[in-house]
Amino acid sequence: MNSVLLRKVVGFGIGAVAAVGLAATASAQTPKKGGILEFVVPGGIPSFDAHRETTYAMVHPTRPFYSLLIRVDPDNPSSPDFVCDLCVGDVPEASGDGTEYVFNLVQGVKFHDGTPLTSADVKASFDKIIFPPEGTPSARKSQFSQVESITTPDANTIVFKLKYPSGAFLPALAAPFNYIYAKKDLDTHGYDWHTNNINGTGAFKFVEYQAGAFVRGERYADYHHAGKPYLDGFRSTISAKLAVSVAAIRGDRAAIEFRGFPPKHRDDLVKALGDKITVQESDWNCVLLATPNQKVKPFDDPRVRQALTLAVDRWGGSNYLSRIAIVKTVGGVAFPNHPLSATKAELEQMRGYWPDLDKSRAEAKRLLADAGQSNLSFVLNNRGVDQPYKIVGTWLLDQWKKVGLDVTQRVQPTAPFYDTLRKKKDFDVSVEFNCQSVVNPLADTTKFRGASSDNYGQYEDAVLEDLFAKMNRSSDKTEQRAIMREYERRAIDEMAHIGVTLWWYKINPHRSYVKGWKISPSHYLNQHLDNVWLDK
Amino acid sequence: MYKYIVKRLLLMIPTLLGAAIFVFLLLRAVPGDVCETRFAGTGAFVDQEQINLCRADLGIDQPLIIQFFDFIAGYATFDLGNSFWTGQPVVQEIALRFELSLQIAIMATLVAIIIAIPLGTISAIRQNTWIDLVVRLFSIAGIAIPSFWLGIMIILGLLIFSQSVFGDPWMPPIRFKSIFEDPMHNLSQIIWPAVATGYRYSAVATRMTRSALLEVLREDYVRTARAKGLVEKIIIRRHALKNAMLPVVTIIAIEFAFLMGGLVVTEQVFNLNGLGKLFVDSVLQLDFNMTQQLVMLVVLIFLMTNLFVDILYAWLDPRIRYS
Amino acid sequence: MVAVSEAPASSRLATDAPKSSIFLSTVKIFRKQPIGMLGGVIVMLMVFMGVFADILAPHDPTEIFYQYDFPAPSNAEFWLGTDMFGRDLLSRIIYGARTALFVGFTAAFVGAFSGLILGVMSAYFGGIFDLLLQRVMDVFMAFPLIILALAVVSILGAGTSNVIIAITIPFIPQCARVVRSSALALREIPYVDAARACGFSHTRIIVRHMAPNVMAPFLIMLTSFLGQAILLEASLSYLGLGVQEPTPAWGLMLQGGAEEFAESAPWVAIWPGVAISLAVFGFNLFGDALRDTLDPRLRSQ
Repeated sequence: MNSVLLRKVVGFGIGAVAAVGLAATASAQTPKKGGILEFVVPGGIPSFDAHRETTYAMVHPTRPFYSLLIRVDPDNPSSPDFVCDLCVGDVPEASGDGTEYVFNLVQGVKFHDGTPLTSADVKASFDKIIFPPEGTPSARKSQFSQVESITTPDANTIVFKLKYPSGAFLPALAAPFNYIYAKKDLDTHGYDWHTNNINGTGAFKFVEYQAGAFVRGERYADYHHAGKPYLDGFRSTISAKLAVSVAAIRGDRAAIEFRGFPPKHRDDLVKALGDKITVQESDWNCVLLATPNQKVKPFDDPRVRQALTLAVDRWGGSNYLSRIAIVKTVGGVAFPNHPLSATKAELEQMRGYWPDLDKSRAEAKRLLADAGQSNLSFVLNNRGVDQPYKIVGTWLLDQWKKVGLDVTQRVQPTAPFYDTLRKKKDFDVSVEFNCQSVVNPLADTTKFRGASSDNYGQYEDAVLEDLFAKMNRSSDKTEQRAIMREYERRAIDEMAHIGVTLWWYKINPHRSYVKGWKISPSHYLNQHLDNVWLDK
Repeated sequence: MYKYIVKRLLLMIPTLLGAAIFVFLLLRAVPGDVCETRFAGTGAFVDQEQINLCRADLGIDQPLIIQFFDFIAGYATFDLGNSFWTGQPVVQEIALRFELSLQIAIMATLVAIIIAIPLGTISAIRQNTWIDLVVRLFSIAGIAIPSFWLGIMIILGLLIFSQSVFGDPWMPPIRFKSIFEDPMHNLSQIIWPAVATGYRYSAVATRMTRSALLEVLREDYVRTARAKGLVEKIIIRRHALKNAMLPVVTIIAIEFAFLMGGLVVTEQVFNLNGLGKLFVDSVLQLDFNMTQQLVMLVVLIFLMTNLFVDILYAWLDPRIRYS
Repeated sequence: MVAVSEAPASSRLATDAPKSSIFLSTVKIFRKQPIGMLGGVIVMLMVFMGVFADILAPHDPTEIFYQYDFPAPSNAEFWLGTDMFGRDLLSRIIYGARTALFVGFTAAFVGAFSGLILGVMSAYFGGIFDLLLQRVMDVFMAFPLIILALAVVSILGAGTSNVIIAITIPFIPQCARVVRSSALALREIPYVDAARACGFSHTRIIVRHMAPNVMAPFLIMLTSFLGQAILLEASLSYLGLGVQEPTPAWGLMLQGGAEEFAESAPWVAIWPGVAISLAVFGFNLFGDALRDTLDPRLRSQ
C-alpha cells in the first residue's frame, strides 16, 4: 500500500526541467538514422561490472550495452514514474498484500552473443545483486533488504516477493546499475567475468575499450525496442579536465557531456556557437552539505550549529553561486520542487532560510555570544575538487566571516578526505554531499538520520529516528508530507545537525544536432542512448 | 669500461631498493585507500561490508611486511601484479600509455634541439650583442612560463583562430591514435603538447649550448685554430660545437628522462592518456600497486639515463676514461 | 669550553660570509651585466610588493564583492578587474607576491642550506658515509615530485607550509650533488689538511673552511631554486595539491576558474600568469648574471 501511495504522491510530476533552445521542438521531428555519437565523460572506469560499482563514469559508457528490467521514462526522465525496459506493458503494481511484483518479459530478446534472454537471466542477475555469494561485491545489496525471494514460474515471468510492502522497492529496482547479465556467462565464467567483459541486450554492442581513454560501441540490430537505436554507434572518451571537455564540445570533438557544466561554460559555448548549441537544464538530485562534527566542542552545542546555518545567506548565495558553480536551488532535506519537499514559504520559516538576512546574522552573533563562542575559529574540511566543493567552501568561509567566525579551509584529495570523514573523524566542520540516482525523497532523508551509515556528524537523535519510522510507515500522503516537514525542522532547523547549503543544478549544453536525449534530474539516469539521434 | 658499467649497474640496486621502500611506506602513510575512494567518493550510500570485501580482495588488509614482500617478489617472478583500480595487469596498462609518452618525449626533444642548437650557437658567437640579448630573453621566458599555461593558451588560441578564419572552431583530437595507424590524426594531436613542452625544454638547452660554447671558445685549441687563420665558421662547426655538445647532450638526455615520466601537468591540459596522467590518476586513487610500479619505472629510466650520459661522455670526450 | 666559545664565532662567520659575498657580487653583477640588473629590479619590485602588501593593496584580498558583476573587467575601483569569486585581482596579485616570496625563499634557502651541509659533509668525510649518502640522494633525485607532493599534502593536509615541504625535498639532493663535486676538490687543498692537522673539530672545518669556499655553486643553485620553487608551486596548485583558497597565491589563481574563464574573462588568467612568469624571469636573469660572475670558467676575460 505504501508503494501505491508513494507512486500517487510522486505522480504529480516535477516541473523543474527547463529546456532552452531547440530541445523543445525536437520531439516533433522524425528521427534520422545513422551517425556516431561522440561524448566525453569526466571520469575513468574502474570496472565494467555495474553491480559492484557506484560511479556515473562507468554508467555513461556501458549503460548502452545493457538493458534493465524497468527504467525511467526516456521521453520524460524527470517523471518519477518508471516504464518497462525488458518487461511488457506498464510497470506492475504490487499484488497480494502489497508484497508481490510480477513482471512479464518481452519475448524474443537476444544477448549480443545470440543467447536468448529468459527469466532465468533476470533472476540470476538480481540474485547476484540481492543475494551475492560470500565474497562477491554488490554495492546496492542493502537497498533490497525488503526482498524475500525471486522466482521464475516460467521462462517469461519473474516474481519478486517482499518481506513487507515497501515504497522503496521499485526505485531500487529501476536503479541504472541493475544491468541484466546472461545466466550462461555467470555460470560458465563466474561472478568476476563482467568486470572486464560485456555481453548484454542493450541498444549497442561493445566494440573496443582502451584503458583510460575511450569506449566504442556499435548499433545492435536485434535490439528489442523496435526501430531503435537510431545511431550507428557511439564513442565515449574520458576527459577529466573540465576545460578540455568544454573545448571538445566547442571544437566538435565531442557533441555532449552528460554530467553537467558550470553556468559560465554554458554561456561561453552559447556565445561562441550560437544556435549550434542547445542547452538543457534541470534541478539535480544531489545536495552539498556542511556538517559539524558533534563529537568536537563546541559543535555539540545546538546554538553554535544554529549560528553556523544562520550565517549562511542561501537566497543570495543561490543567486551568486549559480553564476559560477553547479549549485543553484535552495532546498531542505528532500529534492526541491518535489511534492513531498518544502515550499519556499515553508523553507523561510527555518533558521538559515529567513528572508531577512540581517536578522539572521544578528541572531547568529547573539547565539554565538550566548554560547561563549563569539571568536570561534575552526577548520572546514573540504574535498579537493573544484566543482562544486571548493567553490562553495570558499563562499562558506566568507559567509561565516560575516558573523565574526575565523574559518580556514583544509582541502584534501578524495582518499584522505573520506578517511577523515569515515575513519579519523577528527574534523570540525566538513563539506560533504548526498547524491541519489532515482528521485525518491524518502531516500534523500535517510542521510540526515543519526543511524545512517554515512552520518559523519556523529550524532544520535531519537526524535529524528521516531519521525523517520513514522514517515516510512505513513499511508497518507498529506500526513507523510507533514511528518517530513517536522523531520526537516528537527534535522536542519532546531538541532541544525547538518547545514544544507544548496542543491546542485544540472546544465547540459550540447551540440544542437544531438536529438532525442532528454535531461534528467540525475547524471546516472537515462543513459541507454537508444532514442538518441543525430540531425546532421 | 665494461667493469665500470657493471659497477654502475650494481650501484643501482640499492637506489632502486631505497626507492621501493620509500614509495611503499609513503603510500601507506597516506590516509585512506583505494576502496574508500572508489565507493565513498561517488557520494552513493556504501556498506562497510563492501569496502572490507574490496580490501580483502586487493590484500591491503594484510600486514605491511607481507604486502612489501609481495611487491618485491613480483620482480623475481616477473609478475608485477594488477592495478588496484581497474584490476588489469600493470604491464598492460603501462604498455598502453608508453607509446604516447615516448612519442611526445621524442617530438619535444626534436623541437627543443631544432630551437636550441642554432639559437644557442648564434647567441654565443654574438655574445653581448642585441641578438644574444633577444635569445637569452626568449630562452629565459621559456623557463619562466609554466608549460601547462602555455598549453591552455595554445588550445584556446586554436579555437579562436580557427573559428575566426574558417568559421568553425577546431581543436586537436582528444583521442590518441598511433602514428602508424593514422599519422595525420596522430600529428595533429601530438604536435601541440610537443611544442608546449619543447619550448620550455629548448630554453634549458639553449642556455646550456650558449654557455658550453662560450667556454669552449676560450679553450687553447680554439685559439690555436684561430691563430692558424682558419675560417671562423669552420672553427665553430668542426672544433667548438662538437666539443660543446657534451653538456648539451647531457641536459637533453636528462630532460628526456624527465619527460618520460614527468609530463604530469601538460598531459592533463591536452587530455593525453600517457604515463603522466596514469601517474596522477593512480596517485589520487591510491592505487598502490600501479603507483609503486610507475615510480620504479621512472626511477629506473632516470638511473639508466644517467648511466647512458656518463658512457656517452667517455665516448665523445676521449680525455675521459673510466676504469 | 673551547667548543662553546667557538660555536657562536664560527656561526657568525658562516652567516657573514654569504651576506658579504651576495652584496659584493650584486654590485659586480650590476656593473657588468645590465640584463642581470633588469632581473634584480624585478626581484626588488616583487620584494617591495610582498613586504608592503598591506599598504599597497587597495582591498582585502579575500573579500568577496557580492554587489558587483563578476568576474569584472578592469575598472576604476578594481584596476585589474575581479576574479571568478568577485575578489579584487590587483590586491590578490600584490598579496600573492608575499606568498610566492615566502614559498620561494623558504624552499630555496632550506633546500640549498641543507644541500650545502650535506654536500660538504659528504665530500669531507668521504668513504662509506659518502657512498650511503649519495645513494639516498639518488633515490630523492629520481623520485617523482608529484608522489612526494601528494603524500605530503595527504598526510599533512594542503596548505602553504606543506607545499614548501614538498618543494624543498627535491632541492636538497640537487644542491648537495653540485656542492659535493666542488668540495671534493677542496678536500685535497693543503689548508684543509692543515686545519685538520691543527686538530680543529669537524664542525669547524666544515663550516669555517670548506663551506665558504663552495659559495659560488651554492649561490647559483640558490637563485635557480627561487624561480623553480615558484613554478613548482604553480604546477602543484594546478593539480589541486598546492596552496588553498582563500589564500592569495599566483599558482592557485591560475587554477580552476582562470583556466575555464580564459576566454570570457582573460584577465583572471593573464595577470597571475604574467606575475609568475615575470617573477621567475627576474630570478632567472639575476641567477644567470650571478652564474656568469661567480663561475670562474665563464668570467669574461
